[in-house]
Amino acid sequence: MKTVFDRTKALTPAAMHYCPGCTHGIVHRLVGEVLEELDILDKSTMVAPVGCSTFIYDYINCDAQQAAHGRAPAVATGIKRVHPDSIVFTYQGDGDLASIGTAEIVHAAMRGERITVIFVNNAIYGMTGGQMAPTTLAGQKASTAPLGRDKLHYGMPIRMSEMLATLDSATFIERVSVHDPAHIRKAKSAIKKAFENQITGVGFSMVEVLSTCPTNWKMTPVEALEWLKDNMIPYYPLGNIGNPKEVE
Amino acid sequence: MAKDLMKGNEAIGAAAIKAGCRYFFGYPITPQSELPEYMSRELPKVGGVFLQAESEVAAINMVYGASGAGARVMTSSSSPGISLKMEGISYIAGAELPCLIVNIVRGGPGLGGIQPAQSDYFQATKGGGHGDYRLIVLAPNSIQEMCDLVMDGFDIADQYRNPVMILGDGTLGQMMEAVEFNEPKKRELPPKDWATTGIKDKNGKKRLISSLFIQPEDLENHNLKLQMKYEEIKKNETKFESLDVDDADIVLTAYGTTSRIVSNAIKALKKIGIKAGMIRPITLWPFPYGAYEKAADSAKAFLTVEMSLGQMVEDVRLGVNGKKPVYFYGRTGGMLPDQTEIVEKVKKILGGEI
Amino acid sequence: MVEQQIIIAGFGGQGVLSMGQILSYAGLLEGKNVSWLPSYGPEMRGGTANCNVIISEELVGSPIVKEADAAIIMNLPSLEKFEKFVVSGGNLLINSSLISEKTSRGDVKAYEIPANDIANEIGNAKVANMVMLGAYIELTKIVAKQSIIQSVEKVLGSSKGNLIQINEEALKRGAESVKCYK
Ligand SMILES: Cc1ncc(C[n+]2csc(CCOP(=O)(O)OP(=O)(O)O)c2C)c(N)n1
Ligand code: SF4
Ligand SMILES: [Mg+2]
Repeated sequence: MKTVFDRTKALTPAAMHYCPGCTHGIVHRLVGEVLEELDILDKSTMVAPVGCSTFIYDYINCDAQQAAHGRAPAVATGIKRVHPDSIVFTYQGDGDLASIGTAEIVHAAMRGERITVIFVNNAIYGMTGGQMAPTTLAGQKASTAPLGRDKLHYGMPIRMSEMLATLDSATFIERVSVHDPAHIRKAKSAIKKAFENQITGVGFSMVEVLSTCPTNWKMTPVEALEWLKDNMIPYYPLGNIGNPKEVE
Repeated sequence: MAKDLMKGNEAIGAAAIKAGCRYFFGYPITPQSELPEYMSRELPKVGGVFLQAESEVAAINMVYGASGAGARVMTSSSSPGISLKMEGISYIAGAELPCLIVNIVRGGPGLGGIQPAQSDYFQATKGGGHGDYRLIVLAPNSIQEMCDLVMDGFDIADQYRNPVMILGDGTLGQMMEAVEFNEPKKRELPPKDWATTGIKDKNGKKRLISSLFIQPEDLENHNLKLQMKYEEIKKNETKFESLDVDDADIVLTAYGTTSRIVSNAIKALKKIGIKAGMIRPITLWPFPYGAYEKAADSAKAFLTVEMSLGQMVEDVRLGVNGKKPVYFYGRTGGMLPDQTEIVEKVKKILGGEI
Repeated sequence: MVEQQIIIAGFGGQGVLSMGQILSYAGLLEGKNVSWLPSYGPEMRGGTANCNVIISEELVGSPIVKEADAAIIMNLPSLEKFEKFVVSGGNLLINSSLISEKTSRGDVKAYEIPANDIANEIGNAKVANMVMLGAYIELTKIVAKQSIIQSVEKVLGSSKGNLIQINEEALKRGAESVKCYK
């Protein structure tokens, strides 16, 4: 019988613990496929965040370090400076990267650390039960914003990609989404580019992936994909943010 | 008022609001997130402010600012988040600012786990942050006592201008019990004549909240003044409960959730004719060393039970002061000590097997 | 001394935790000492849920139930995990709609209650938990049915108060389902 679909060898056979319809699993697979296609699995070290995707170290077949909440870019810096020829990437949620870990991501980008950052923005704190994130949309309900995010109280959501793109050494920043197959393909090519940049030694690369959290959004998986398309994309526009810059 | 059934984390919030706390700065973390969630619902209803900070570091510094500005203010977290607050706590202690800090402890070190633990005892009672400072640490063992200590805790903080910590654990945070809100004992609270409220309020006199004393003489004097305050706190605020200690052959020590498991074990020991008692520290700092003076003469042995691999036991040893052997039994990582394990340990100790 | 230590267990979403809260609150309404302790974990779905409830005339010592007077079991993994905690002679209530296996314990009183089937007959699949609770209070009389009904409103909130009738029916049918064992 002909095999038409197979698990990439970058992914372990472990059953993922994510909720039904959660797009973390899709992003894991894209990262895995890229690592396999670029043949860098055996020289990669990933840095796992604190969030639902902490357990990514169980699912991707490469070395890993587990970092404190928000500190993955600093940990990645340490690894990369010791093994400059290895491939080092972080995988972080929006609470991890855009809240508690803002200092670390900004300074890793400023230094032009030659690392790849996969930033999964689901506009909520998934693991701890749906609290507000800095990326939570205005009016969006969260367990610590029961009436919806009030922009007079909390300001408007943070656009990390645009903010980091102001840094000259942040060479590649792109925002993608995984709400339908066409966008998933685009997401994969952005992730691939972000790893290729590291192979060729270009500076800091980050891909922001708009993602769903059906459980804490209190939606069905299908509703969540629709909600992402209708609400997140207008506020978080897709595409390359700023022009790719070359660092001399 | 009729008693209500409340979850520990929410009861802390309700007690704080009853005690006049109107400012809460926090960051989500299991197993205490129900507390910020409760405050996000309830504080706006009474004209208060709930703010989710970008991190625990920011949250504790918001507390610093709000307390320095004269407000009754609190924050809460669980172990990894409390570690991040330690810098701020040291500054708060140094600047002598009153506030309430809740730690609903989970297993460590590092990211550890999310189940109940008591492995932050050292951090809470022996420092955690830098410098010669003390946190007043209150350790309730029921939801009712948690409410009482939260309400009194704000007053204690104001009376001594000192941070107060409520040290709970995942069990106390998550469980529900009946509560009623009782007025704490009346304390004479000094006016906050140090708060930065703008010079317009004070005939142009300027105030400063700071922990910086760049001249060594000044810093030494500041520290000596703090020590005098700590002595005063030791004298006035040390609190413990003792259960059947006088005629006990063995005296157990436990605090918080563990003390309830130990009380079951003591009942079981009584049934098999073993005379066991318990000293339950309610203030972990100041620790009730005095409770051990008499007991060290009458009892044959001591056993400390903790959800850690042995932290408070060091204070029990200081209290017993070498007069009798002090044994330890602990489970950790989110595993709870079991009453039958405690009974077995006691039998072995009294039977001379260890 | 009258005391019941209970373990309630099932899938997340079967109303296991709220069943425990309703029972605890009913105990409180009758002036008893109560404690309710849930299991907790990360937010991700698909797990199991359980809670420990103690209703006592004395002060509750440890809220952790290791020797249960009764267990209310809503799914198969929970039967395997918790049947061993029931004391000899204790009550083991099994939701036979979802569990076809028998208990391996010969020394406990086992009751098989087709809770989901009964709930569906009444017209609301969500009250399977109340069917089990009806059976449990019929067997132990630890609290009165009226107290349970009062606490349903408290625990589930007034918006769901119109469900009172259906909950009452579920309690009644649950009680009937174990009468044949007597
Ligand atoms: C210092 C510290 N603070 C808080 C937490 C609790 N915590 C765990 S995961 C998390 C948020 C995760 O949200 P996000 O990064 O958006 O990831 P998601 O689960 O949504 O994928 C928080 C606050 C922690 N582990 N450590
Ligand atoms: S809680 Fe949200 S982010 Fe976490 S696994 Fe479930 S759906 Fe995904
Ligand atoms: Mg998130």
